Amino acid sequence: MSNATEPKTALGKTANYLDERLTLGSVLKNFGRKVFPDHWSFMLGEVAMYSFVILILSGTFLTFYFQPSMAHTIYEGSYAPLKGAEMTVAYSSSLDISFDIRGGLLMRQVHHWAALLFVAAAGLHMLRVFFTGAFRKPRELNWLVGFFLFLAGMGAGFTGYSLPDDLLSGNGLRIIDGMIKGIPLVGPSISSGFFGGEFPGTEVIARLYSLHIMIIPAVIIALLAVHLMMVVIHKHTHYPGPGRRDDNVVGYPLMPVYVAKAGGFFFLVFGVIAAISATFTINPIWNYGPYDPSPVSAGTQPDWYIGWLDGALRLAPGHMDVSIFGYVIPMGVMLPLIVSLLFLAVVAAYPFIEAWVTGDKREHHLLDRPRNAPTRTAIGAAGVTFYAVLWAGASTDLIAVFFQMSLNHVLTAMQVLLIIGPILAYWVTKRTCLSLQRKDREIALHGRETGRVVRLPHGEYIEIHEPVDKYELWKLVDFKDYEPIMPRPNKDGKITLGTKIRASLSKFYFEDRIAPVSKAEYELAHADHAPETIEEPKRKPKQIKAKK
Amino acid sequence: MNKKPMRRRPWALGVVIFLGLIASGGGYAFATQSVQTNAVGSAEQIEEGRKLFLANCATCHGSNGEGAIGGPSLIGVGAASVDFQVGTGRMPGQASGPQLYKKPVQFTEEQIAAMASYVASLAPGPAIPSEEILRTDGDPTHGGELFRINCAMCHNAVGAGGALTEGKFAPALGGVSEKHIYEAMITGPQNMPVFNDANLTPEDKKDIITYLKYVEQNDSVGGLELGSIGPVAEGLFTWIFGLGFIIAITVWLGAKAN
Repeated sequence: MSNATEPKTALGKTANYLDERLTLGSVLKNFGRKVFPDHWSFMLGEVAMYSFVILILSGTFLTFYFQPSMAHTIYEGSYAPLKGAEMTVAYSSSLDISFDIRGGLLMRQVHHWAALLFVAAAGLHMLRVFFTGAFRKPRELNWLVGFFLFLAGMGAGFTGYSLPDDLLSGNGLRIIDGMIKGIPLVGPSISSGFFGGEFPGTEVIARLYSLHIMIIPAVIIALLAVHLMMVVIHKHTHYPGPGRRDDNVVGYPLMPVYVAKAGGFFFLVFGVIAAISATFTINPIWNYGPYDPSPVSAGTQPDWYIGWLDGALRLAPGHMDVSIFGYVIPMGVMLPLIVSLLFLAVVAAYPFIEAWVTGDKREHHLLDRPRNAPTRTAIGAAGVTFYAVLWAGASTDLIAVFFQMSLNHVLTAMQVLLIIGPILAYWVTKRTCLSLQRKDREIALHGRETGRVVRLPHGEYIEIHEPVDKYELWKLVDFKDYEPIMPRPNKDGKITLGTKIRASLSKFYFEDRIAPVSKAEYELAHADHAPETIEEPKRKPKQIKAKK
Repeated sequence: MNKKPMRRRPWALGVVIFLGLIASGGGYAFATQSVQTNAVGSAEQIEEGRKLFLANCATCHGSNGEGAIGGPSLIGVGAASVDFQVGTGRMPGQASGPQLYKKPVQFTEEQIAAMASYVASLAPGPAIPSEEILRTDGDPTHGGELFRINCAMCHNAVGAGGALTEGKFAPALGGVSEKHIYEAMITGPQNMPVFNDANLTPEDKKDIITYLKYVEQNDSVGGLELGSIGPVAEGLFTWIFGLGFIIAITVWLGAKAN
């Protein structure tokens, strides 16, 4: 590493000193030359990461003043309508942070807004990865890591939401307590173990605090490190386009382009969060009052990322409880629990399911445009709809009161929508994708319609079609095509059940499909026919198979 | 003398029970009607009220306020009830439905007072509260605690309103006058329960009003409140404006390189 010429400037000397001892030069050289592609949707994960950094910074400030104790005290702070009220030390210290510590309220609001943004950005990032097929080999494991990061984010959020021990958070904890107690046999023991006796007990805030400031952040940091390490190992994916292949990465080097860009972007995200926190209040705990197990206020909701679970509880039909040997299984709790766990399991396992169905063992570094994977996109849309209905289900009361509707009707509508919505979304999305693919095919083969109608010498009218340029064409035709797998006998000559399931799933995925324009078709369209021809080239009958 | 003492005679038990009933019943009536001191107005005012009542209310409430199809009996609802229902514009009702909405007031102060005296003249009932009890100089801490225990489950912790079943709802309390809040508590309009003086003393009610007015009149310390409806508004704000703005930035950053 040592150079023949010794550095002369102070900076050069320092750099040389470090390089001789830490070989930073080679690290920087390798790392700095790492190429990242540029697209707005690749920055969503970054937003989540920056929000997390902001969470750690603002959270550290809050730990200096927050006291996670459930001991009783009398409030003597500045907020008049609570003066003299009996409350826990946790709530009183949260009020002090809000009213009596300089900058405390801003920090609390920064922390809370950043938390909402953290999970939202992570969720959107996850959707981007899903809809572009970025989870395919070799990135299936990183999808799993990301999935657990999202869960950890939810956990961090919920434990934080519960800390101030105000009426709202106490109600939230009470619901969790009820859910735990609803689990047959072991529920009550788990609950009393967690709360240190009967709810609310005197210990839960301190336990949530340990989870919130040590255990969950440590898990997030560890997972984040693995997540980023895998990004470096796998290299970043890129969207299809000219010169972009599965074996390259088209973009800019980390040094100096992305270091500068990402650094600036961090401050932009920080700026947005700070601006929101300075102008909009979030979780005004002083409004909710100290926790007391008897009152439950109207409009009691969890933060958004827990909303879908709350919605599942609200939408679950009552009167379905079953009794086994005198033990009541409360289906109003068990059904939402089972459904949400199943949903999460499908989300976590999706890359593996799809890889099994397609039987594709190739590495994919080129992303799919969502339309070019119609079934996956449709499944995603159905999943988003399912989640969104559950999510909206958590605000049935607010929907009813703000749109002047009957709460009961809103609830029933949501229950129906939970079943019908995903099916409709699947169908609409799949048809839309297929139509977009047909349009792409049309444009690739015949060019764009210009709107110029010309009369030929022999009297025929035609519209001039303008061929797309080569760069555009690349995007339109460069995608992988799958065909349904036939169930084939294995080496013993048997068709196993697994093979059959796989074949039918494969049919479900790829029965309706639009093949990309092949070279032959393209040449046919441009050689035998004039570009303005309106007649379509003959297609192989297998390429487009409609169901009917 | 084989005459039994007075207290041993057969009818003595009857007398004791009779006196006991008078004492307890009368005492109860006295205790619960302490604010119902009937401020029945002058004869002309009552007559004026009766005319207004016949022209505007009798179709549903009956020509003597005895109730009819579409409207309950008003006998014994008191002046406070009329003052609340007509004074907030809920009455005369526009259309039948799960609950009547607040709308612009249809009558002048004098007309409302006249109708209130007419209804009060039908039978004793809760009276319009005095100025003294409506001064917001009570104890907001105590009021807040009572509000959370008695009111927040329908009206939300800061009185932003909430949903009830089948299209009924607890309205938002912002901008409602002290008098109307008090009257609502003592008369229990529509789907609201009555909070009589045995349940919440006049002082308690005053504390609750003090708390509500404190929340209403003091600016939110943390910035704009997003309707005070809690995490749903905050979540929507995060997704639409927070994330929306940040995506705009990412698009801008992504576009610069091209």
